Amino acid sequence: MSAPTSAVLETIPAIYEASPLVPAVFPRDQERETSRSGAVHSTTGGATTSTTAAAAVEPPRFHLVVVGHVDHGKSTFVGRLLADTDSLPDGKLAQVQRACAAENMDFEYAFLLDALLEEQEQNITIDTTRIHFATPRRDYAIIDAPGHREFLKNMVTGAASASAALLLIDAREGIQDQTRRHAFLLSLLGVKQLAVLVNKMDLADYSEKRFYDIVAEYTAFLATLGLTPEHFIPITARHGGNITRRETEKMPWWTGPTVVEALDSFKDETLPDDQPLRLPLQDVYRWDDRRVFAGRLESGKIAVGDKITFSPGNKTATVAGIERWTLCREEVQGCADIEATAGDSIGITLGEQIFVERGAVAHHADTPPYVAQTLNARIFWLGKDPLLSQRTYKLRLATQETTCTITQIKRVIDAATLDSVTTSTAAAGALNAAAGTTARQLQVGRHEVADIELRAAKPLAFDSGEHAAPLGRFVILDNRQIAGGGVILVDKTEAARLRADLHPTTGKIDKRHREARNGHPGAVVWLTGLSGSGKSTIAAELERQLFNQGRQVYWLDGDNLRLGLSHDLGFSEKDRAENIRRAGELARHFADAGTILILSLISPSNASRNAVRERVEHGRFIEVFINAPLNVCAERDPKGLYAKAIAGEIKDFTGISAPYEKPDKAELELRTDLLSVDECVAKILEQIAGIQYDSTDWVI
Amino acid sequence: MDHLTQLENQSIYIFREAYHYFKNLAMPWSMGKDSNVLIWLARKAFVGKVPFPLLHIDTSFEFPEMYQFREWAQKFHNLELIVRKNDDALAAGINYKNNDPLTVTHELKTVALQRAITEFKWDALITGIRRDEDSTRAKERYFSPRNAEFEWDYKDQPPEFWNQFTSSVGDGGHVRVQPLLDWTELDIWLYIKRENIPVPRLYFARDGKRFRSLGCWPITHPVASNAATVDDIIEELRHTKTSERAGRAQDHAERNAMQKLRAKGFM
Repeated sequence: MSAPTSAVLETIPAIYEASPLVPAVFPRDQERETSRSGAVHSTTGGATTSTTAAAAVEPPRFHLVVVGHVDHGKSTFVGRLLADTDSLPDGKLAQVQRACAAENMDFEYAFLLDALLEEQEQNITIDTTRIHFATPRRDYAIIDAPGHREFLKNMVTGAASASAALLLIDAREGIQDQTRRHAFLLSLLGVKQLAVLVNKMDLADYSEKRFYDIVAEYTAFLATLGLTPEHFIPITARHGGNITRRETEKMPWWTGPTVVEALDSFKDETLPDDQPLRLPLQDVYRWDDRRVFAGRLESGKIAVGDKITFSPGNKTATVAGIERWTLCREEVQGCADIEATAGDSIGITLGEQIFVERGAVAHHADTPPYVAQTLNARIFWLGKDPLLSQRTYKLRLATQETTCTITQIKRVIDAATLDSVTTSTAAAGALNAAAGTTARQLQVGRHEVADIELRAAKPLAFDSGEHAAPLGRFVILDNRQIAGGGVILVDKTEAARLRADLHPTTGKIDKRHREARNGHPGAVVWLTGLSGSGKSTIAAELERQLFNQGRQVYWLDGDNLRLGLSHDLGFSEKDRAENIRRAGELARHFADAGTILILSLISPSNASRNAVRERVEHGRFIEVFINAPLNVCAERDPKGLYAKAIAGEIKDFTGISAPYEKPDKAELELRTDLLSVDECVAKILEQIAGIQYDSTDWVI
Repeated sequence: MDHLTQLENQSIYIFREAYHYFKNLAMPWSMGKDSNVLIWLARKAFVGKVPFPLLHIDTSFEFPEMYQFREWAQKFHNLELIVRKNDDALAAGINYKNNDPLTVTHELKTVALQRAITEFKWDALITGIRRDEDSTRAKERYFSPRNAEFEWDYKDQPPEFWNQFTSSVGDGGHVRVQPLLDWTELDIWLYIKRENIPVPRLYFARDGKRFRSLGCWPITHPVASNAATVDDIIEELRHTKTSERAGRAQDHAERNAMQKLRAKGFM
């Protein structure tokens, strides 16, 4: 093949001008043509039974992560491995060697990987880089994970998808901070197979004793994490000793495997198809008359005819079909699927019309996940800001998403030493505790690990995080970014309690049935804004117009709520949040009953409103920001409250002495100083009309 | 599970997550092998339908057969297609005769793409880039944020694990969703064969040469090859050590050319 070229053509070569042929080629047509002409290729003639090497089914690629303390030789090792297994592109080695010579530097194998300019300058690998190489046994993809402390999130990114890990230790320096920290993370991430490479043996006089001292010390450490390495191997990455080539001359005492032999002895990654079925729904597609429930089997098997249950919610249905689109369906027999196993991304259709959406987890009735709102977990934190107790975060567990509050930080663990609470951020938290603020004022700093308890805004379906169960782990987001990962801990007492936990009960009539009967969807119209902004005026008119349209509608005002259901609550931040929670639960029941509920509440906090949004079915929560400038509201002052607040007679008055957070997700914003009541109502009606619902006639 | 099926399952998962998280998606389509595999995977993910528009950034220097393929494939896959050009740059005489390939690529591809994003306010783009194509792409994430200036902060990327992804950027940025990240060039051809995916004729040898990667005709060169069928190509790739983009002049115009292009918003 030709070498890289930078020539620029001025005209299109004649053979590439427009062609009279069909511009697309189907591989199978090619096969038929070549088999007819008998030229070029020796397929057996059948359209789909080619026996060429190309048609052979390949095993999955084996993903490998390389970790260890900074400067313990990871990049050098990987460079060497690529060179010695003959896996580099032609000329790459020579090119890097030339570049080094030109800049008067000694060549190092690590340079092969340092493709980006900055890396060459800093001599630090910045990010996970996937590199492919092959041994006679199989193909590998190496993730060259960096060791620098700053870049831990990249290591996590790489290691989480690895089937095995290689951990390097410098024979002279021995076990260091990151040697322990990385092993701790590997155990949390669920990497099951590990080999430890004791590198730079040449700088430790190829000492057998030094090697076995490290083996003893590190084995004991790994045991505390529940990790047992398959191999320890003494190597010299720089000289290629015991990587592909056995270093018999310098280390005649070593009779164990080389690195490549050890790699080839790792077990192929198996998908958990012998575990209970877990199919978290990603989405529901309704392009035509089918309703396809899309998701990937995280574990187990599913077959047409299976009775399945969706948790949380406990709804049951029968699998009517498994959908995997393919154009071959018409051509080839046996394309229609009747079962799927762990790892398969599929769609299913159901025999019964039930309402389930993204987040629901399909399972068999006899092997359910736990369902609860309170979780205990061990988390690792990568966020720029520390994780704080009592703060609210977004949590994702498989395809479930909710807000959660960190109710307790029980123990912060220094990932490098496994000691409790010795780090600076934790110490600062402990100081707060000593100063008399509430106990448990710990926080979890960047790169720390902690045991926590959290409470989710809605019930979650989950498993115990042992054995890297896919539903046994979750991530926490902070400011839109994934900032931490957690492994769910369920001990025996906890398990017993969870099994006895409350389960939602459903009747025979579903929201869909009620909506079809009513001829309109149930919904929550949430009017938020300052006192005097016009919420009640708009709500009253909206209710009247909907009623006249024949809708099931009810208006609930914040004051009425406070006179009854919430009469025990005051106006502190905590009581306000509880008031909104109660209003939200009430709203959810109304919407579920097929009613359009109008709520008019100041509801000043985004966190509270968004928590309600999550509890209501997606698309049925219409948040309307009733907005008028504060001075306009104060001038209107229909209840005389502003006057009292300004005079100091009312405490915690929103807009005056308590904050109002403008909605960050509102479907509508209505400027009541600019729009008439009718205009405002018309806009809300438009939103309600846009809600999709199923008008199928139901017979129960 | 064989590795093509594993790759396919992961790509489908990513497509579905993207469709859930982003309200306003588009998928750039170069008509090349990777983007045709992307269409195929999208149809698998969404049971037959591609539920978002495709975007062709037309440099006006596509091979004539590629325009023919575009018309054919649009009908075949029933695609909603948006075509955009940087007419200002073309009118100003930006072309390969007068300008260096980096300038032309930036003006005719990246700038046109940026304008289209501004015009349609897409919050995510699904791209067909693969880690094995180029060392800068090796550092990518499945969901990779770009800021409002389309810049890629490759030094400070969000973590991505347990199939949880960065699902929003805010402040006028968008997310590049990259379902083919883990695929190699060989995987692409093995999959094209397994699935019988239609591809442009230009990939197959004519007069002892074929295109391994397709771009603007003035700067895209065929490699010496007799591979006339997908099987031949697969066989060739199993033995080659020449890099895939060796025939793409803009990559080699200067040191770190790809890094410079990509930091400014190139795919």
